[in-house]
This record gives sequence, structure tokens and C-alpha cells, in this order.
Amino acid sequence: MSQAERTASAEPFPRAARAALPNRQMRRNLLHATTTIRAKRALAVAELADWEELRDAGAAIKSSALVSLDRLLVDLEAAVTRRGGVVHWARDAVEANDLVTTIVRAEGVDEVVKVKSLTTDEIHLNEALEAAGIHALETDLAELIVQLAGERPSHLLVPAIHKNRTEIRDLLRDRLGIEDLSDDPTDLTAAARSFLRDAFLRSRVAVSGANFACADTGGVVVVESEGNGRMCTTLPEVLVTVMGIEKVLPSFLDLEVMLQLLPRSSTGERMNPYTSVWTGVHPGDGPQAFHLVLLDNGRTRALADEVGRDALRCIRCSACINVCPVYRQTGGHAYHTPYAGPIGAILEPQLVGERGAAASLPFASTLCGACADVCPVHIDIPALLVHERAKVVSNKRPGLEAASMKLLGRVFRSRRGYERAQRIARFLQRPLVQNGWMQRFPPGPLRAWGRSRDLPAVPRQTFREWWQSRDGA
Amino acid sequence: MEDTNRLETIQAVATALFITCLADTLSPDVGRATVAVLERAGVEVEFPPEQTCCGQLHFNAGHLDEARALARRFVEVFDGYDAVVAPSGSCAAHVRTHIGELTGQDRGVPARTRELSQFLSERTSVELDSGFRGRVAYHPTCHSLRLLRLGDQPLSLLRTVGGVELVELPDAEECCGFGGTFAVNNPDVSAAMLDAKLDAVVASGADVVCACDASCLMHIGGGLRRRGSEVRALHLAEVLAA
Repeated sequence: MSQAERTASAEPFPRAARAALPNRQMRRNLLHATTTIRAKRALAVAELADWEELRDAGAAIKSSALVSLDRLLVDLEAAVTRRGGVVHWARDAVEANDLVTTIVRAEGVDEVVKVKSLTTDEIHLNEALEAAGIHALETDLAELIVQLAGERPSHLLVPAIHKNRTEIRDLLRDRLGIEDLSDDPTDLTAAARSFLRDAFLRSRVAVSGANFACADTGGVVVVESEGNGRMCTTLPEVLVTVMGIEKVLPSFLDLEVMLQLLPRSSTGERMNPYTSVWTGVHPGDGPQAFHLVLLDNGRTRALADEVGRDALRCIRCSACINVCPVYRQTGGHAYHTPYAGPIGAILEPQLVGERGAAASLPFASTLCGACADVCPVHIDIPALLVHERAKVVSNKRPGLEAASMKLLGRVFRSRRGYERAQRIARFLQRPLVQNGWMQRFPPGPLRAWGRSRDLPAVPRQTFREWWQSRDGA
Repeated sequence: MEDTNRLETIQAVATALFITCLADTLSPDVGRATVAVLERAGVEVEFPPEQTCCGQLHFNAGHLDEARALARRFVEVFDGYDAVVAPSGSCAAHVRTHIGELTGQDRGVPARTRELSQFLSERTSVELDSGFRGRVAYHPTCHSLRLLRLGDQPLSLLRTVGGVELVELPDAEECCGFGGTFAVNNPDVSAAMLDAKLDAVVASGADVVCACDASCLMHIGGGLRRRGSEVRALHLAEVLAA
């Protein structure tokens, strides 16, 4: 399936969410995990007296990188090439997948090990490799769990957040053929570890994403917790990295800010356990061939929008997701994109265009603003949600909703029209009202409200009618 | 140069009540209580009858042309008043932040607009003399919390009422799931969020859940009534005016 077909076939958010909500187990897991992680984040952030200044610096670094992307990417290409790497440019998912497939095929292998990577999820690289007869084995524990279950990740950072340890025990027992396995996390990790060690030692090719790349040195950075990523970036002979073009930083020195912002925002740690930085190829040390695939796939489209481009600052920490009251109910699958939650709702429609299911995402928010308060690079997510909504509205062919909003706008534009509308509503509601409350809900928005909530009727006297009677008295 | 004499005349009389279309049409009790509180605080308030809606509904739904037209209209209607006070964190936030952007005015009407508790807190030691009695859980609505940054201004006002016993609302800062058109366009998620909020309200042991927005209270109150709960959803003004 192509990316366009996948987007077209995806369900709009309200329907997908409705399907997800009955899964009580998933929602309990989600609530528990996100509550824990946001409490940790709050503590880790409160430790730093200069957190707000760090956020400002992070936003400034990413913004300046985005407006000089044309120059920085060419610099990055030159630096990587100078150090013995090979840089490839991919306009879209198809080009990127073809490039990676060709590189892996040339090595004559039918299996690669993978570092956890959202970008390769975005382009569905695993499926593309599978179609070429190459198995891509996920080595991040949670990604592996999701892969073994035949599912897709539900959270940027904690892909298996929707599963609990009993479910994971059953899965590992069935798929890895381990008879005697408890649901103790230590046992589960040990089982996965021995399975993965074999894979690290036999694989000749690894595929990764990147958290950052430094235009001045050509250094590529992966930030992780388990060390399995580092196994992939050091043991195999060939390393292929797929990186969105917005991940480039002007300088290696910018990591000083980014590596403080990212772990504290994402896992709530002062420092993540493993930060790997590799620069080209070093004889006798690590992979002897390094390919960097620079991916556009809609990013230049987002960049062209002077307001919307702020979403490209995102460093994929997932802090916004963990505080989002909508995500906390539905989980990530309802968003049909690896970029779930508030950031997904502004990024996905910009990457693929504001149509189909992607057009429903900017509306999957109450604009409560919790996301903006925690974003480490100061993305004004609620403002961007409204901006994306406006794009959806202007893209759509005028329908019932647009017509009613227009009508309502006209009503509000004059006192006479507004007061008349109040009187008409009071008249029309009469057969539906009892004791001052709506008793029956006609189809449409009122019924959607009435499914789970009561609604007061328009009272005998509106406020303004009371005011006038009082004024007259 | 501003005419000083004119300013003084205005200061003497000109505090305008922006009631909000929702409170005007569906929660007139909130409006009456707001007037009572303001008058007890010694504020002579006017109600410009030309007012309708600030356009927040259109703005949040992405209908920016309508939102801009309503923003301009709002500024015209309330121009000339020394202060504009609204019993809604959400509408006050829209006026202060977005109407400023939409009309290119960051001074003037947007800057002179206040949410009710903000307005009262800026006046020194208001004696409101409320006879309210009961256990109250305060729900900080999202826009009063994160756009207006009201902080504990509403709580400070509630603490001045002798009969109010404040109880802690678990996860108070979580959204109730209203979100304007979100409540009807994503009704299932909205209901799930509301359920979590109602569970918290019930767990708090409160008789009353209190907030600074008639819209969120219509949502929470509608949910409580559907559950058959005895807990009442009251606006801050209603508690202060009791």
C-alpha cells in the first residue's frame, strides 16, 4: 500500500477513537504509564533553574536551523562525505524505501537489525523490506514486542504502552517459543536479550533513524535507553540511517542544549543511558560502510507554511502526548500515524496534506493547552491546531457544518439577528423540553451531546431580557 | 493626546459587562449572580445591549473570516469602556489574546478585558458577604488556567466566604472534555474525559463543583445530572453572590 492509499483508507479520528475506547485494559495501562512518566518529567524539569532559558534556546536553535535548511543540509552532506559516509536524498517514502532496499540487497543479506525509529515507521520501511524478501528485526524491546504482536506502536517513546506484562509474557512465550517464562520484568527482559544477542552477532546490516545530525561535523546522534541501539550502530558492517531533513542542527555544540531538553522531557531522566554519536567511517572500528538517507516526505511542504513550520522544531520527546487528555483516553492507534497526540495532530496533516483522515486530527483536541506548557522547544501547539483547522476549513467543499457556521456568524453580527435567534430557539425547543432541561435530542450535534450529557433549555428569560426588565423597573 | 477630562468621566461610570452568548442564552443565573457580585463590590456595571458573541466558537473551529468579523464587532461594541468584565475565563482569554491578534489591537479593548475573578482580585479587599454554605471543589478551567494564568485568584475569593469548605479535586487541572465543538464532533472521547472528571468530583466529596466558565459547567453539570448525582455545578459568581 502506498502512503497516499494508506492515508485515504484510514478512519477519521472520531470513529477510530470510538473503536479504541471500549478497550478498558489499554486505557488503564495508558493512564498508569502516562501518569508515572509525567510525574517524573515534572521532577526532572523542576531541578533546573534555567529550564525556561533552555526551552527558549532549544526553540531558537531549531528555528534557525529550519530557516537555513538549504545550506545546513549541503554542509551536512559535505561533512559526512568527507568522513567516508555516503549521503542519499529521498523526496518521499517510496524513494527512501527503494534506496534502503537497494543498499541492503547489494550486501546479499535477507535480515537487518533495526534501531527504534519513528521515521522508518512513517515510511513503512519494514513492510517495504519484507516485500523485497528482507526481514527487518526491531531491537528496541518495546518495538520488538509490538512487532511480534503484529501491531503498530501506540506511543512515540513507549511503543508498547498499550500492553501490560502479562500480555507481554504470553506474547514472548508464543512467538519466541520459551515455555517457562514468568511475567517478572527481569525475566521478560532476559528472554528478549538472549534472543536479540544472537541477532546482533549474526547481522551484517543495521538500519537506524536519527535524533539529531550536526551540519558542522557530520555527526549523527541516536539517544536511547537500552543499549540495543548502540549494538546496531557498532556491530554490523553496514549502517543505513534514515533521517528527516528537519533533524539537522547547525553545530555539534547545539547538543549541549538538546541533550538536556530531550531526556528530561521524554523519560524524565537527567540523562539518558546511551547517547551514540558517529561520524562517517573509521577503519577497524564500527561499521565500514555508512549510508545517510535524507528524507523530505512532506517536510518542505510544512516548511513553506510560515506558521505551521514551527511543528518541525519537534524533537520527538512525547511530553505533549503524556499530558494530552485526549490521547490518554484513546491511545495512539486512533491517530493512524506514528506521530500521535497533539504533535501528530499538527504534524501529520502538514506532511500528507489536510485531507482524508489527516484532516480530522487537528480537531482531536479541546485546545486545553497542556501540551504547550510542556513542549521543550516552545511549539505553540494550540495555535497550530487552530491554524491547521483553518486550512482544513478552507480546503473542504462547503458542507452542512460550514453552512451552519456561516449562518451562526451572520446571526452574531447583529443584535436583532441574535435576539431573534434566541427567541426562535426557545420556540422550536418547546416539544423537546421538560422542567427546563432538554428531554429529547434531535439528530445532529444535539443528539451527540445528549448521548452522555443533559442540556439546559433556553430559559423563559435570557440574561438580556432580565436586564431590560430590571432596567425598565 | 487623550482628553483627560473625558477619561475621568469614563472612569467614573464605564465598566461594561460582557455576559458571553452562552451565559446570556443558557445560564442567565450566572449573569444575574455576576451583576450581584459586582454591585456588592461597589462596581456600577453597564450592559451594552449590542453585544453578541466574541467569535471564539468560530476561531476555535478554524472559521477565521467569521472570527475576524466578530472580533472587529466586539471591539466596536466595547470601545469607550474603561474596563470590560466577563464571567468566563475562556471568552476573556479569547478577547485578550486572539481578538488582539485578529484586529491588530493589543492595547485598547483586549487589554482592558478581565475575567471576573481577575477583575475582583485587582480591586483591594472586596467584602462580598456571601451566605453560601457547603463543600466546594474548584475546577480550574483550561483557559483560565493556561491562557489567563489566573492561578489561585478564584480560590482566594472562595476562601473569603466563611461558609465555604474547600475540598481537593483530584487531578483538578485535567480538561473536562468540553472543548466547544469538540464535545459534539468527538462525542465519545469527550464523554470519556467527562467521566474521569465526574469520578474525581464525586471522589472529592464536594456538594458543589465550582468553576469560572459557564460552558465547562454546562458540560460538567449536564454530566452530573445525567448520572443522577446530587452534586451541583455552580459558577464562582453564584457562590460569591449567595
